[in-house]
Amino acid sequence: MKFGVVIFPGSNCDQDMIYVLRNVMQQEVVELWHKEADLKKCDFIVLPGGFSYGDYLRSGAIARFSPIMDAVGNFAEKGGYVFGVCNGFQILCEARLVPGALMHNTERKFICKNVFIKPQNYDTLVTNQISRSKVSLKIPIAHGEGNYFNDAESLKKMNDSGQILFRYCDEQGNITPESNPNGAIENIAGVCNAKKNVFGMMPHPERAADTELNNTDGKLLFQSIVNLVTA
Amino acid sequence: MKFRAEINVMPLKALLDPQGKAVTNSMKNLSLSEIENVRIGKHITLVIEAGNKEMAKTKVDEACKKLLHNPIMEYYEFEIFEN
Repeated sequence: MKFGVVIFPGSNCDQDMIYVLRNVMQQEVVELWHKEADLKKCDFIVLPGGFSYGDYLRSGAIARFSPIMDAVGNFAEKGGYVFGVCNGFQILCEARLVPGALMHNTERKFICKNVFIKPQNYDTLVTNQISRSKVSLKIPIAHGEGNYFNDAESLKKMNDSGQILFRYCDEQGNITPESNPNGAIENIAGVCNAKKNVFGMMPHPERAADTELNNTDGKLLFQSIVNLVTA
Repeated sequence: MKFRAEINVMPLKALLDPQGKAVTNSMKNLSLSEIENVRIGKHITLVIEAGNKEMAKTKVDEACKKLLHNPIMEYYEFEIFEN
């Protein structure tokens, strides 16, 4: 099991992601510079958070044309697993590898805080080790453009086919307007593509996967990934 | 021949534009409450080498479709001028 973490100019959560995969999850991890054209035989590609290309034009809009994204697109097309967090999610949306777009938060503020999310499908790559009895996961967000949007027709398709991964909720797991930090439509915090091999989410599980950080809810996602991919 | 494109990329009309909304509200403080529905987008200019205006238009349209706008949340319009 070999993970590749792509580093774009402006990525800043790459080392956190590598630390969790390598030190906490005990997996082999390589760094993939965005200018490279091959994925070094990785089995799993991660697009980390950050501010690739300074978020110029739109978050992720320029990074999706980095040379490595052709390889990532082909890899995903063939069924390879790709996981994007925060800016990585924005890049996946811009690359049309997952449906939807991420707009400015409705309050126009950069929000950095713990939020609660609830899995909407327990049978996916990133949720299969989360117990249904766990009412919510506490995971931090840190973004200015995390307001997920898609049109009604696409949302219906995504809901019907289990492509909604997480919704923002309160600590008790109630999905309410008050628990929605950024205005995301239907409280959506994470989604996947129709084939369920490409995943994106705004909250940062890699910032909640180490006992020293006093929160390990994010580790459940990495355990799900390792469980499914190494099975 | 060089042409100049003046491109506007705007949030889709059906979508809330929080920035525009905040500016609309501030108009009231300026005693300009007649002003409503401020919408804020991006204005992009670029210079393009092309055989004629039609060819320039095709290229600019391609740039808008591929990179300059995201159709899920924005629309665009542009004009081409001889530079």
